[in-house]
Amino acid sequence: MPSFHAEDEHLMAYAAGSLAEPIALLVATHLALCPSCRARVGSFEAVGGALLETLDTVTTDRSLRDAVLARLDETDAEPAPAPRPAKAGPVDLRVPEPLRGYLGSRLDDLAWKPRGPVDEVRILPDHAGITSRLFRIKAGTAMPRHTHEGSELTLVLSGGFTDRGDHFLRGDVAAADSGVDHCPLADTDEDCYCFAVNDAPLRLTGRLGRLLNPFIRI
Amino acid sequence: MLEANRAVPAQDDATLVDLMAAVAAKRDREAFGQLFDHFAPRVKGYICRLGVEPASAEDLVQDVMLTVWRRAEQFDPAKAGVATWIFTIARNRRIDVIRRERRPEPDPNDPALVPDRELEADAALAQKQDGGRLRRAVAELPDDQAQLLRLAYFEDKTQSVIAAELNLPLGTVKSRIRLAMTKLRSQLAELE
Repeated sequence: MPSFHAEDEHLMAYAAGSLAEPIALLVATHLALCPSCRARVGSFEAVGGALLETLDTVTTDRSLRDAVLARLDETDAEPAPAPRPAKAGPVDLRVPEPLRGYLGSRLDDLAWKPRGPVDEVRILPDHAGITSRLFRIKAGTAMPRHTHEGSELTLVLSGGFTDRGDHFLRGDVAAADSGVDHCPLADTDEDCYCFAVNDAPLRLTGRLGRLLNPFIRI
Repeated sequence: MLEANRAVPAQDDATLVDLMAAVAAKRDREAFGQLFDHFAPRVKGYICRLGVEPASAEDLVQDVMLTVWRRAEQFDPAKAGVATWIFTIARNRRIDVIRRERRPEPDPNDPALVPDRELEADAALAQKQDGGRLRRAVAELPDDQAQLLRLAYFEDKTQSVIAAELNLPLGTVKSRIRLAMTKLRSQLAELE
């Protein structure tokens, strides 16, 4: 059971359907590992249902009712959607759905790109304004010290890291708002895999990092 | 408009569950017609608030209601009320059609999923038995809180966007929404 959860603001926006896809992906993957946040999303959805019941109605044309009722037989005749084809090879249980479906292969087989002391893989690269990626931080290694203009959410998939005195393990969500300056440190016993979403660029702040800023973007 | 005064019948939760069961078990068209009369104007209200043109809104309503028919067997009254279930269908269709994005969701059959404990199952049961109470609590919220909830749920707006539009500090928006949710959740919790 995770110790660090998604915030209510994100759980509510997930239930309302207003989160951008990369953030919704991180929240949903946390939900796979966190029954208590799933229950909270369930109660936020119940609020959505109650709001729907109390919302001002907009009259629908009688012809709409007729059209829908006329299509029921046709709807029944539609073939059931084919079950999703099982992925070839063993499933990587370190990555729960829905994130696994976005990767297409096991963690070890992804096209990792070295970025300083960590490796990364971009996810949803075409999404404007939000950067999503997997990080692999080698056991006992620190991320380069950095800060961000926007907010950063990090979900641990495997291994763990320590950041500003807190220890994050599988399923935990670490949130860092703009202005937080930090260098998360991976546990020493195994590599740490995590999924991070940023809504604005990072800036390196360590001594070496400041020199490198113009040349590398992490 | 010809249908402007057509009454939207109010249905209590137990009736709605019975209607869903009749649709699932017997493909009961009469029952589906009653569900349509109750929910179509509400779903249209939801979709119109998102700024969709009335003509396309009706297409989406049709889409949502046909999904209700098609998936009736998947409705589980132990997990959610009918209004909640239909809300999630309408929400997912609009993400798909209006935003053209996928909605990522956990897969209940994924071996990596951490299953519910008894605690969560009990909470879900209390919630769905509590639809009427929750609706009354929503109706009794102070206007400023109810307005924010409607903006958050029905106009696809993040709390920062709501704050900018209403010219309120983000902290005020957050604390009002938190107050509203605390009130609603206490209604849910009393039954546990």
